[in-house]
Amino acid sequence: MTRSAAPGFAIALAVLVAGLLFAFTVGRYPVALGDVAEFVISRLSGRASSLPPAVENVILYIRGPRVIAAVLVGAALAVAGTAFQGLFRNPLVSPDILGASSGAALGAVIGIYFSLGIFGIQGLAFIGGLAAVAAVYVIGSAVQSRDPILVLVLTGVVVGALLGAGVGLVKYLADPYNQLPAMTFWLLGSLSATAPADLIPLFGPVALGSLVLIALRWRMNVMSLPEEEARSLGLATGPLRIAVVAAATLVTSASVATAGIIGWVGLVVPHLARSLVGPDFARLLPAAAILGGGYLLLIDTLARSAAHIEIPLGILTAVIGTPFFIWLLASVSKTWS
Amino acid sequence: MNLEGRKLAIGYPDRLVGTDLDVALQKGEVLALLGPNGGGKTTLLKTLLGLIAPKAGAVHCAGRNLGDYTVRERARILAYVPQSHVATFAFTVEAVVLMGRTAHGTLFSRPSAHDRAVAIAMLERFGIAHLAERPYTMISGGERQLVLLARALAQEPQFVVLDEPTASLDFGNQGKVMNQIRALAASGHGVLFTTHDPNHALRAADRAYLLRDGTCVADGPIGSVLTLDNLTALYRAPVKRLTDPATGEQAFLPG
Repeated sequence: MTRSAAPGFAIALAVLVAGLLFAFTVGRYPVALGDVAEFVISRLSGRASSLPPAVENVILYIRGPRVIAAVLVGAALAVAGTAFQGLFRNPLVSPDILGASSGAALGAVIGIYFSLGIFGIQGLAFIGGLAAVAAVYVIGSAVQSRDPILVLVLTGVVVGALLGAGVGLVKYLADPYNQLPAMTFWLLGSLSATAPADLIPLFGPVALGSLVLIALRWRMNVMSLPEEEARSLGLATGPLRIAVVAAATLVTSASVATAGIIGWVGLVVPHLARSLVGPDFARLLPAAAILGGGYLLLIDTLARSAAHIEIPLGILTAVIGTPFFIWLLASVSKTWS
Repeated sequence: MNLEGRKLAIGYPDRLVGTDLDVALQKGEVLALLGPNGGGKTTLLKTLLGLIAPKAGAVHCAGRNLGDYTVRERARILAYVPQSHVATFAFTVEAVVLMGRTAHGTLFSRPSAHDRAVAIAMLERFGIAHLAERPYTMISGGERQLVLLARALAQEPQFVVLDEPTASLDFGNQGKVMNQIRALAASGHGVLFTTHDPNHALRAADRAYLLRDGTCVADGPIGSVLTLDNLTALYRAPVKRLTDPATGEQAFLPG
C-alpha cells in the first residue's frame, strides 16, 4: 500500500517545488534561479549574502508573503474539498457546498460597503463563512429525515442562494465608482494585496483545521461509507460529522477571507490527488494539501505574469476547471456509478 | 450470550412498521428472517443492530440493553453485512476490510500491525487474499459480498447480521455464501440473515422467523417453521414442495 503511494507523493512534491521556483523567479522583476538558491543558502547558514538589496526585497517582502499565502490557500481549499467529498460521498462536491464561500462573500461586501479596513473586511468574511455554515447545519439538523446528508446539501444550496441575493443587494446599493470595483475584484479572488501581516490570520485557522482533518484521516475512510454502515462499524458519525464540517469550514473561511472567492481548486485538486495516490484518505489528505499548494501557486504566478494586468484568480481557475469538470463528469459516469 | 428483542415495536419517527415482536439469537446458531417485501425485515434488522431505536420494548445483547452500549462497544459485538453495493470511492479490498477494525482503534489512531494482520487473516479465510490490492469497485458481486463478510469478521464480533447476502449473486456464489454462513455458526458466531428464498434458509439456517406486515407469522426450528402452509400464508401465494425420496431433504418452488 505505502509502496504504491510514493511516486504519487513525489509528483505532488515536484509540482510544489516547481511552483515555488517558478513563483520566485518569474515576474515584472525577474530573479535568477541562482539568486533564489543563494538567498535560501545564506538565510539557512546565517551568512550575509552578496545579493543586491532589491533582489532580497523582492524575494522576502514582495513575493514571499504572496507565495506563502498561495500555498496555504491552495492547500486549505484542497483539504477542505477532499474532506467534503468524503463526507458527502460525492466526488463532485466542493468546499463551498455548505455556503462557506457565499457567507464569506456577503461578509466581505458588507465590510467594503461600510468602508472598513482590510482587517475589518477579512474579519467579516471569516465570520460570514462560519456563520453561514453554522446556520446551514442547525437548519439541516432540525429537519427530520432519514437522509441527513441530503438535507444538509439542499439546505446549503438554499441558504447559499439567499446569501447570494444578499451580495447582489449590497452590490446594488454600493457606490458604483469606489466600492463596486473593490467588491467585484474581491469576489473574483486575488492574492495581489497579500502583506506579511495577512499571513498570521490565514495560517492559524488553516493549520488548525487541516491538522484536525489529517488527524481524522483514517476515520474519514469510514465516514465516506453510507451512514448506517459507518455506524455499524463503530463510528459515532454525528459528532464526527460536526468535527469535519467545522474543520473544513474553518480553513475555507480563512482562505476566502484572505484571497476572495477562488472556485474549482477544492474540486479539481482532490481528483488529481486521488489519481496520484488513490482514494484512501490516509494518503489522500496529505497529498491533496501538497498538490493544492503547488497548484494554486502555479496559477497565481500565471495570474500575475501572463498579462500586463493581474488576471483574477477565480477566472483562471474557472478557465482551467470547467473543461476539467466536464471531463470528470464523463469519466465519473463510467467508474463511480 | 444472546441477542434478544422483547415485545418490540419497530419503525421510524413517522411510521410504525411492526409491533409485539419477540426474537432471539443464540451464539453458534443461524436464524433466517423471511417475509414479503415491505413486511419489516430490514427495519427489524436495523433495530436488532441498534441502528434505529425500538419504539417500544427493548433489545438486549449479552444481558445489557443495546441502547446502553456506545457505538464502538456495539461494533465489537455486532457486525452488519449490508447488501453488496458499489462504493463511491475505489478503495482497495484491503482498505475496505481494514475499516472493520474501526471499533478497535481510537478516533485518531492509525491501523496497527495487529489490525493489518487480522484484515489479512480474514481475507485468507474467505479465499480472497489475492484481491487485496484490487479496487473494491472493480471486483465481481460475489467477491464484494465476501469482502463485506471479511470486513464484518475483522470486527471480531459475536453476532453477524446479513441483509440479503445472496441477492444479486449467481447460483454458484449463492452456495458459497450459504456455506460461509454455516462456517460462521461453526466458529461460534450467532448469525442472522434475511432472504427471499426459503431454500437458502433450509440450506443454512437452524431456525426461521417469518415476518409479514410487521407481525410474526412463525418462529422456531427450520423444519417445523418452513412448511407448505406457513409459506403459503407468509407470501399469500401458491408454493410447491419437493422432497428428495432418498434423503428426505426438502425444497420449495414458487407458483
